[in-house]
Amino acid sequence: MTQLLLFNVFNGLIVGAFYALMALGLSLILNLSGVINFAHGGFLAIGAYLAYSLIPYVGFWGALLIAPILTAMIGLLVERFLIRRLYQRDPLYSLLLTFGLAYILEDGTRMIWGAQSLPYVIPDWLTSPLSSEYFFLTGYRLFMVVLVAVAVGALFYILSRTRLGMRIRAGTADLETVSVLGVNVRLLRNLNFGLGIYLAGLAGVLAAGMLGLDPTIGSTLIMPSFVAIIVGGLGSLPGTLLGGLLIGVVSGITTVYFPSASEAVMYVMMGVVLLVRPRGLLGEEGRLQ
Amino acid sequence: MSDKNPLETKVSRRSVIKAAAAAGALQMGAPFIGNARAAEPVKIGLDNPLTGTYAAVGKNEMIGCQLAIEQINAKGGILGRPAKLLVEDSTSGDAGTAVQKARKLIERDKVSFLLGNVNSALAMAMAQVAYEKGVIHVVPGGHTDSITGTDCHWNVFRICNTTQMEAYAVGPELLKKGGKKWYFITPDYAFGHTLQAGLERAAAKIGAVKVGGDLTPLGTTDFSSYLIKAQAAKPDVIIFLTQGNDMINALKQAVQFGLEKRFHLAGAQQELEALEGLPPEARIGTWVFEWYWKQPGVPHVAEFVAAIKKKTGRVPTARTWFGFASTWTCALAANKAKSLDARKMAKALQGMKLPPEVGLMPEQPFFRAGQNQLIPTLYVGNAQAKGPGGPDDLFNVTEVVKGTDVAGTLEESGCKMVWPT
Amino acid sequence: MSALTRQRLSLALIWLALLTMPYWMNAVGGYTELGTRVLVLGLAAMALNFLLGFTGVLSFGHAAYFGLGAYGAGMAIKYLAPSTPLAIVIGVVLGTLAGAIIGALIVKLRGVYFAMVTIAFAQVFFFIAIRWNAVTGGDDGLTGWHRHALDLGFGKIDILNNDKAFYYLVLVLFAIAVGLMALLLRSPFGRTLLAIRENERRARFLGLPIEQHIWLSFVISCLFASLAGTLFALLSNFIDPHALHWSQSGNFVIMAVLGGMRSFWGPLVGAAIFVVLQDYVSSHTANWMSIIGLFFVLVVMFFPRGVLGMLRRKAKS
Repeated sequence: MTQLLLFNVFNGLIVGAFYALMALGLSLILNLSGVINFAHGGFLAIGAYLAYSLIPYVGFWGALLIAPILTAMIGLLVERFLIRRLYQRDPLYSLLLTFGLAYILEDGTRMIWGAQSLPYVIPDWLTSPLSSEYFFLTGYRLFMVVLVAVAVGALFYILSRTRLGMRIRAGTADLETVSVLGVNVRLLRNLNFGLGIYLAGLAGVLAAGMLGLDPTIGSTLIMPSFVAIIVGGLGSLPGTLLGGLLIGVVSGITTVYFPSASEAVMYVMMGVVLLVRPRGLLGEEGRLQ
Repeated sequence: MSDKNPLETKVSRRSVIKAAAAAGALQMGAPFIGNARAAEPVKIGLDNPLTGTYAAVGKNEMIGCQLAIEQINAKGGILGRPAKLLVEDSTSGDAGTAVQKARKLIERDKVSFLLGNVNSALAMAMAQVAYEKGVIHVVPGGHTDSITGTDCHWNVFRICNTTQMEAYAVGPELLKKGGKKWYFITPDYAFGHTLQAGLERAAAKIGAVKVGGDLTPLGTTDFSSYLIKAQAAKPDVIIFLTQGNDMINALKQAVQFGLEKRFHLAGAQQELEALEGLPPEARIGTWVFEWYWKQPGVPHVAEFVAAIKKKTGRVPTARTWFGFASTWTCALAANKAKSLDARKMAKALQGMKLPPEVGLMPEQPFFRAGQNQLIPTLYVGNAQAKGPGGPDDLFNVTEVVKGTDVAGTLEESGCKMVWPT
Repeated sequence: MSALTRQRLSLALIWLALLTMPYWMNAVGGYTELGTRVLVLGLAAMALNFLLGFTGVLSFGHAAYFGLGAYGAGMAIKYLAPSTPLAIVIGVVLGTLAGAIIGALIVKLRGVYFAMVTIAFAQVFFFIAIRWNAVTGGDDGLTGWHRHALDLGFGKIDILNNDKAFYYLVLVLFAIAVGLMALLLRSPFGRTLLAIRENERRARFLGLPIEQHIWLSFVISCLFASLAGTLFALLSNFIDPHALHWSQSGNFVIMAVLGGMRSFWGPLVGAAIFVVLQDYVSSHTANWMSIIGLFFVLVVMFFPRGVLGMLRRKAKS
């Protein structure tokens, strides 16, 4: 039993890392632009399908590199032509817009690639477990965790060391002042949105190696990401990361004892966090209002 | 997939003209039968998923329906009138929409037959509406036993198997290929529960034992915790009863964990759609198919496969056949009863055998009287990464099981049919 | 024509249209059930708008209370007693109670955060409905029950088999609910809600107990949403977890916005347009999701005030 539990904690971390990747993208956009991107799952699906289509031409690694970038480019366009017009308005509108976009993206992928699940093939050497004892640690999962770690590391590096990143952080804290200081806020939001969508695309490419590839692939993953953000604390990217890992582990442990509650437990945890600490685990004071 | 507007039934103009001509000829030959309404089509309403999780299988059923409509019209239509298919998207899980569409088809469009649904829950909800309105309802592919069991109705017929039949058909093969210690990964809804119960009964009969099992929530994406538990129980066979995306996710992950090298991975119901969605290395295990396109020596199957290939470029799946057979059932019922009266048609269907060009099976499938369940042939075999029959040949049939051998008795089904007076 | 007479005239027109709906619905290609559905979802959207349009708080999780009402009604008939009024009462109590508890938890949150938390809490009920098989029927939904004829003491009204009779039952309840909401909005309480919507900070400085008011508004909104839910379940004689799904919440919000969330009747108009459009489009193309999605985008980009908002603006200019 202990071993079973330990395995599931391990495994929960792997799944949690994946939730975190998606939640970080959402969180970036939410923090700077106040937009809840319901279409994040749709972008994830786009990333996955683009990778599927690219693999025959550029191989698995090429697709891993190119598909998220292409997805991000679509994201840039969406921001430029649709979402940008709504920043001045009530957040309700951007919410509805992305809600509609989620419909369009799901239906669009179905129109282009069909409703039938597609076989997504990953390199052989990644598909086998590392040892028979820790069989759930497959090359692919390990690779996924490493990649998430690299992506998260890079993201935090960008945010703390580069001009763009510092501006994003400054904008998150006080957009008005940043704008007065002569920073092009429009461009900043645009790039930030693209960065968030890049992470969604990357999550998609990774998800396709583990899950069945069909147009609804993103829809089951978006809610845990929301919970990760709320648990971690609005406005805090490390919080989002922590939230993702936490819900992964908690839901992993629950599966051992009470599988039916493995999803509900995330929401219960969220309720508890909100009760005890309304701003989330690492959330900043004053962000709620 | 390039179909632009799948809802517009591709009843080719020619087939309608043919039917009209046939009706006309009938009129000329026997002026007393013909009447002014001869040209008015008999409507069949398909209320099935075209979006969401079940979109792919729903679409395949629709293609089968469309082919059947073309054939029916080419052969003189229903009671001399052309048949017309009306298609509504029921969505994959929203019963409110499915019920609304069913009422729309019955009340506004005045369909004589209602077809659907892939999702058992939606099928049962539709059955309730059809029963209320007294319309013949044919369920092409919703598997929950109660549809033709405890919740059976005089007007509700089903083409696909009950879970009990699948369990009894595949049981012996699981024992032979895998071993006697079984572990279940079962989806947590009515279909999964009844399928597992069926397998447990089959196990008791043939001397296999259940060493454990987990109920997995529908829509589970990560199966690793369940697989961790499964391997800890040290079974001979891990039995996957999940369907659709859940099946793909579970098998894909099991194979990545290398479990196929240590256990026999198998299950009961398997579909070509799911095997096509799996990477080649995960197309493994012992399963039962409800219909397969490669049936050497069975008459009319090759023609059917060719006709579907011409329409879609792909081979038909069991789903395509479900749609095909259910649409034909409507025409056969009406033509046998010589009426569109629901009660008369339901009576005509009791015990009716599907003709070979519709049945497309070694034994002629028939509707068991008193239950309205079609008793077909089942195909037990194993999945394969690549078969001799081309890229679509992903299943190797090793045993053909007669439906009558596994269907149990009428009493066991729990159906107590009440006829309207 | 003065503004007042115009208002009265349009009010009379709305009620006339609703009263006669079952008689002209078929003539314009609809069916009675579609009319009932418009009414039920319209009520849900109006209930949501009590909170959204008149208190300025965005809940994106109203499907939860709608669905709880629906499950409450279905389970009351299935497990307790075959009575339609009892089902409605139990459904409403269940939904309102949940609203009261959750409302108390989240009433301090604002804006986007409030929206996110309401979505997430709604998911709890979704998962309970889909996982607790023994009681809720799980993914298969709650089956094996149906609405029962109304027993008025001196006679029975067959709302089970007579679609029109059921429509009028819904219409009566709709009228009562809408009347109550209108009264509430005209009361000092309603005025205070408007004040909070317009400027929360100022209202707070005036010493108004903001949280209490928002909580009460949330509870009232949940009450009427769950009433709509009970009627929805009775309409289909069936309920499944999809009614609790977050996409359903999104639909309520778009109905309110589409019709005009600053006007009292807006959400009903929005619901009518949305339901009829969805019904029509999904019968004609399998790609209805794209069209509905595009519709969302167009409404947000070009008609943010909604249909009634636009009409009113035109009338003013």
